[in-house]
Amino acid sequence: MSNSETPPSLYAAQEPIFPRRVTGFFRTFKWWIMAATLGIYYLTPWIRWDRGPNLPDQAVLIDLSGRRFYFFWIEIWPHEFYFVAGLLIMAGLGLFLFTSALGRVWCGYTCPQTVWTDLFILVERWIEGDRNARVRLWRAKWDMRKWRLRVTKWLVWLMIAIATGGAWVFYFTDAPQLAVDLATFDAHPVAYATIAVLTATTFVFGGFMREQVCIYMCPWPRIQGAMMDEDTITVGYREWRGEPRGKKRDGTAGDCIDCMACVNVCPMGIDIRDGQQMECITCALCIDACDDIMVKVGKERGLIDYLALSDEPIERAGGAAKPVWKHILRPRTLVYTFLWSTIGLGLIFALFIRAEIDMTVSPIRNPTFVTMSDGSIRNAYDIRLRNKHGDDREFHLSLSSEDVLRIGLEGTELVSVVVPANETKLQRVYVTARREDPSASAGRTDLRFWVEDVVTGERAYTNSVFNGKEAAQ
Amino acid sequence: MDEPRYDEATKTYTTGHSYDGIEELNTPLPRWWLWSLYMTIVWAVIYSIAYPAWPLVSSATAGFLGYSTRGEVAQEIARVEAANAELNTLLANIDLTVLKDNEPLHQFAVSAGASVFANNCSQCHGSGAAGAVGYPNLLDDDWLWGGDIDAIAVTVRHGIRNEQDEDARYSEMPAFGDILEAEEITSVVAYVQSLSGLDHNAELVAQGSELFADNCSACHGETGMGDRTQGAPNLTDSVWLYGGSDAVLTDTITNARFGVMPPWSPRLTDAQINAVSAYVHQKGGGE
Repeated sequence: MSNSETPPSLYAAQEPIFPRRVTGFFRTFKWWIMAATLGIYYLTPWIRWDRGPNLPDQAVLIDLSGRRFYFFWIEIWPHEFYFVAGLLIMAGLGLFLFTSALGRVWCGYTCPQTVWTDLFILVERWIEGDRNARVRLWRAKWDMRKWRLRVTKWLVWLMIAIATGGAWVFYFTDAPQLAVDLATFDAHPVAYATIAVLTATTFVFGGFMREQVCIYMCPWPRIQGAMMDEDTITVGYREWRGEPRGKKRDGTAGDCIDCMACVNVCPMGIDIRDGQQMECITCALCIDACDDIMVKVGKERGLIDYLALSDEPIERAGGAAKPVWKHILRPRTLVYTFLWSTIGLGLIFALFIRAEIDMTVSPIRNPTFVTMSDGSIRNAYDIRLRNKHGDDREFHLSLSSEDVLRIGLEGTELVSVVVPANETKLQRVYVTARREDPSASAGRTDLRFWVEDVVTGERAYTNSVFNGKEAAQ
Repeated sequence: MDEPRYDEATKTYTTGHSYDGIEELNTPLPRWWLWSLYMTIVWAVIYSIAYPAWPLVSSATAGFLGYSTRGEVAQEIARVEAANAELNTLLANIDLTVLKDNEPLHQFAVSAGASVFANNCSQCHGSGAAGAVGYPNLLDDDWLWGGDIDAIAVTVRHGIRNEQDEDARYSEMPAFGDILEAEEITSVVAYVQSLSGLDHNAELVAQGSELFADNCSACHGETGMGDRTQGAPNLTDSVWLYGGSDAVLTDTITNARFGVMPPWSPRLTDAQINAVSAYVHQKGGGE
């Protein structure tokens, strides 16, 4: 760009990008990651997991209407949402850790936008040919051949998009049943609407928006700046080795032969030789492309490479870069790792100490106590018992206290209550002190409610308080 | 606005905007972004025509889709009422003594009764049904007119000592200030307190007992156990509607009490009356 050009408009059209096919270590690695991540996404809802009667047998299921999240042997109830919150915090910290250590590896390898765009480009290349063929087709008039190729490509994209939107809804209800319902048009309109929206976003984002999503829509490129420092390993160009670029063979030229291979393979349409820039998702395809050329022209690999900024002055001075682990192991990453694993261990610990019997006791404070006709004092409590099992359970209720207190249940002469499978039962419980008992005339008396699963003998307790006449009204 | 110029340091053109010498660099926005802005404007125009939006003097434009939040609430209420119609019919006609055998219907009645109670009864009996001075506590096991579910339903339906309903429960305690001397009343107070185990003047009990037998036992019973058929309170228990102190009891005997409860039929439907009766019955005192 120079002074002689006319000033650009305030708005820029999207520059078409035609990434060339590339082979190499990172490309192969990325194919494997693509296979793994897409495999996990599409297949997970179909894994079965036997939980016994009355419970779903889908290994991973987000049951919104039943307010339950099933993950293999783990079952998360709404009141245990802190597990999900903890996992989200871990995901955030994990992102911090990987970004401070390795730059935008998330963006370059595992972000759904990257993976699906990669898949869409694969389809594009398969139907329309590699970079040069695609450029020609882009410039060509809209004749029959162009229409045929374009429509074929769009149809394949659309099928992938439908499969993607379709897979999403399987996580929320029984997958095989929903698949049948979807096919017979018996599924809930919400399912179709969700599929439609996700199909549209997949189709548009993967097919047409691509790098625009990363550059203009995603907040992560902005946040990453705070996560990276001079020891972060990112994709970079050894400018001190490559420049001056050119094809001269007189010994003054650097290693870069200006073949544009790195630019042609870039899915973001940038030139990595300009240095680290916001658009770069560190997908490392330019490394593969450049290494390929370097081998062909008989030069050392790594003109474009994973580099840390702090190595630059050392390498310029002719020294060797520090080993990778010395860059990665530094206080910042250690602190992230510590926080990440502390939360992880905490969650695992919390998972193991979860009580099998779930009881909450809410003392009724309106009024604090009732005087009965015989002068005894009665308190009422709302006790909620949750049965996490797939069959009905009978729970026996009792209490312990320093004073003699009597327990009674509303609506029954018994002191046990049957809680239906997978439900929470609210039972009002009365505790009475006789007129002559100390707790009747005292203020507050501590007591402990016990609940026992009649079948398994498991016990749990909750502490509460009995209010006597001296208690504040 | 100045002419855009090329900025060497950043290798970028300026937009031409200059404020006190501070210039703005032109980093072009994607054009699709501009189109999405236009689309939101078009959307806003369509939306404000389709839905209620523009304020007028005393209302707002209705929108051609005819949407209204109040209308939606009315629809929702109608939907719930239609869904509950069958249960309400069942509840209106059920024999209340067997209501508890029908667990789902009983639960429905208790939930519905809770809101009926909150709307209509809590003003006197309290939101927790614990009553107040002169307004019975519905949680205890002491009932003036009976505490089984049918008796409660009759009380709710017809009320107590009101003029609107011929079938209202009725009784009237005479004001003994016109009948007994002041010191005689003092001795009756002492006797009544002794019945309930309250602190009392023991010297007056004998005289009070005699006066009680002559004047009070017709309604409150020989032993002071009361009479539910005429709403005469049991004087031997620990529950005192107006209080058991000397001053309060003297006042009660001298001037009498005349607690009134309005009839709730037809203000409440049969189903609502049965619901609130079931609710009160399961609050802890029901017989």
